[in-house]
Amino acid sequence: MTVADVLLTAIGAVVVGSALLVVTTRHIVHAGLWLVVTLTGVAALYLVLTAELVAWVQILLYLGAVVVLLLFAVMLTRAPIGARDDLDRPRWPGVLVGLGTAGSLAALLANAYRWDKIELPAAGTAERIGEHLFRSWVLPFELVGLLLLAALIGAIALSRSGDE
Amino acid sequence: MPIWLDLVVRVLIVIVAAFVLPLIIGQTEHKVMAHMQGRLGPMYAGAYHGWAQLVADGAKFVQKEDITPRAADKPVFKLAPVISMLPYMIVLLVIPIGPGNGWVAQRLDIGLFFALAVLGLGVIAVLMASWASANKFALLGGLRAAAQLLGYELPFVLAAASVAMAAGTLSLSGIVEAWRPWWLLWQLPAMLVFFIAGLAEIRRPPFDMPVADSELVFGYLVEYTGLRFAFFMLAEYVGIVVIAALTTVLFLGGWKGPFGLDAELGWLWTIIKVVAVAFVVLWLRVAYPRLRVDQLQRLCWLVLVPVALAQLILTAAVKLAL
Repeated sequence: MTVADVLLTAIGAVVVGSALLVVTTRHIVHAGLWLVVTLTGVAALYLVLTAELVAWVQILLYLGAVVVLLLFAVMLTRAPIGARDDLDRPRWPGVLVGLGTAGSLAALLANAYRWDKIELPAAGTAERIGEHLFRSWVLPFELVGLLLLAALIGAIALSRSGDE
Repeated sequence: MPIWLDLVVRVLIVIVAAFVLPLIIGQTEHKVMAHMQGRLGPMYAGAYHGWAQLVADGAKFVQKEDITPRAADKPVFKLAPVISMLPYMIVLLVIPIGPGNGWVAQRLDIGLFFALAVLGLGVIAVLMASWASANKFALLGGLRAAAQLLGYELPFVLAAASVAMAAGTLSLSGIVEAWRPWWLLWQLPAMLVFFIAGLAEIRRPPFDMPVADSELVFGYLVEYTGLRFAFFMLAEYVGIVVIAALTTVLFLGGWKGPFGLDAELGWLWTIIKVVAVAFVVLWLRVAYPRLRVDQLQRLCWLVLVPVALAQLILTAAVKLAL
């Protein structure tokens, strides 16, 4: 086992553990805070895999924006301190979907790669990602931009509809 | 020097800087504010013009009773002050003071992106503090802070993107190397937007809506006492250092001075510029009243974001023309 393997395993354990806490804790705000730990762990995984830029994008978008928005929304509505038993949480369907997805993904990856060794590509610097994005993937990139713009305009239209 | 020792020394320097610089800024704020308002400010602590006032304040904070409200969510309440300080300390790691590898704690190729990503985390500590306090003023303050920080993140990042585009790199050292004096003019709108949005990011007056002492008592800090409160204060002042340093590095040419000698005196130029920007931050607190919530959002979305976008177009146009 190399250092990277050890790190990946350790961080992976943290990610899985905190992710389990997200879905099992009975404190609704704590769930959001555990999500912070989970997503930081995922960013750390990217870092170990030398995908530097993706790691910081993960921090900027998921922690700086998505989780904050989530916490913000929870606090705007009902965020009691302390545990609650009346959280509406479909347990068995959740377990089924979660284990099913994890199991089929694991089976798929194991079946696809077996014991193949795959060399890590060169580090995912901003320069390399930029080159790929703007040389090979310009069209999808622009399409995603358009999609996001449409979503943005849609959000504005929805939030303004009550004005008249 | 072995690599681990090198690393330890660099990290130690940053930690010391993160605890000492805020004290200097805080003391300067006492004196600057006082003189601007026709007062003397602290005069007794340490005998000479009250230089030891913040040391005395620190000793006072340590002695204060450590109160955790009964209804508070204790672990989160206790964790929040530490987390509030972390992002700013981490950002200090990548800020270059002089040219070369010796004047920056950790050279990163995407230093700018790193700094922006980590600075965005400050709001999590605010939300934690505000919710865990179990106090409605705290919660209101936290919600205001979240709305403010989410909004101002956009012009902040756009303004920084403009200068990164102009320099053609995301490395903070690289940006300073590419910087030329005429950028002061060309990137002026971006600089103003970045500085104003930065002020809002660290919730300094006139953007201190979340703590607004006259309406929310002290916002998300209302339940904090003693050392925990001191930590939030410390975080605010490291925030000033970080915003001043980022403004210096991105828009004011960092270690570049007017007479050459950048390799030897670069660090001095950086420090002079950072202090000058920090002085403006303190000055604005005395000069401007606090913005109202609606004015705050209006300024962000109707002034800063359009200006930042226009600057991006300008930067792209000049870059293509050159």
